[in-house]
Amino acid sequence: MGDKMTKRISKGLLTGIAVATAIGGLAAPAFAQRDPAYAAARSAGQVGEKMDGYLGIVVAETSDLRRLVNDINIKRRAVYAERAKANNATLEEYALTAGCQAIAATSPGEKYQAPDGSWQTRTSAPPIRDSRCP
Amino acid sequence: MKSGYLTGRPGAAKTPSTQGDRAMGGTKRIAAGLLASLTLAGCITVNAPEEPIVIELNVNIRQEVIYRLAEDAGNTIEENADIF
Repeated sequence: MGDKMTKRISKGLLTGIAVATAIGGLAAPAFAQRDPAYAAARSAGQVGEKMDGYLGIVVAETSDLRRLVNDINIKRRAVYAERAKANNATLEEYALTAGCQAIAATSPGEKYQAPDGSWQTRTSAPPIRDSRCP
Repeated sequence: MKSGYLTGRPGAAKTPSTQGDRAMGGTKRIAAGLLASLTLAGCITVNAPEEPIVIELNVNIRQEVIYRLAEDAGNTIEENADIF
């Protein structure tokens, strides 16, 4: 029975992988990675996640950092607008929710904005978030 | 017979007395509320807010909305990993 079960599971798994590969091959490359400059600025703590769902500059502002942050935030805003519409919500509501999630998803060492507006460095402990965050 | 007496009586005694209490409490509460609102109506002065324009927008977003959107927002972040 155990063998049969394993067989059935592995068969299902293989089918699943095959289907996923087929779909993945057709769709645009999902789960793209961060731009190296963005990844570097993020891990260096130069930029951080704000409560409102957008990226902020933590250190003294430079034109390069401003460009990088604006570029990401414009793209984020477009995504928020689309998803907000699909969910019958406002842009601000969706962005704030995404901010909750983005702060929760920060890795230790990265910066995020606490509810009092201060920049905090993420540790292994849960981040300090808005009381409305899920 | 003893048990019949016990189950019968408190029920009979309880029902009217509780209802009576409730009715009384309700009337009292309404009266108290009316009095309080009348008293307060005289005291409260409504001032136009001077500063909180940006913050108010955030405060107006309710927790239930955030909870409703949470799953979708989480997926959005995962699917757009290049900009998050």
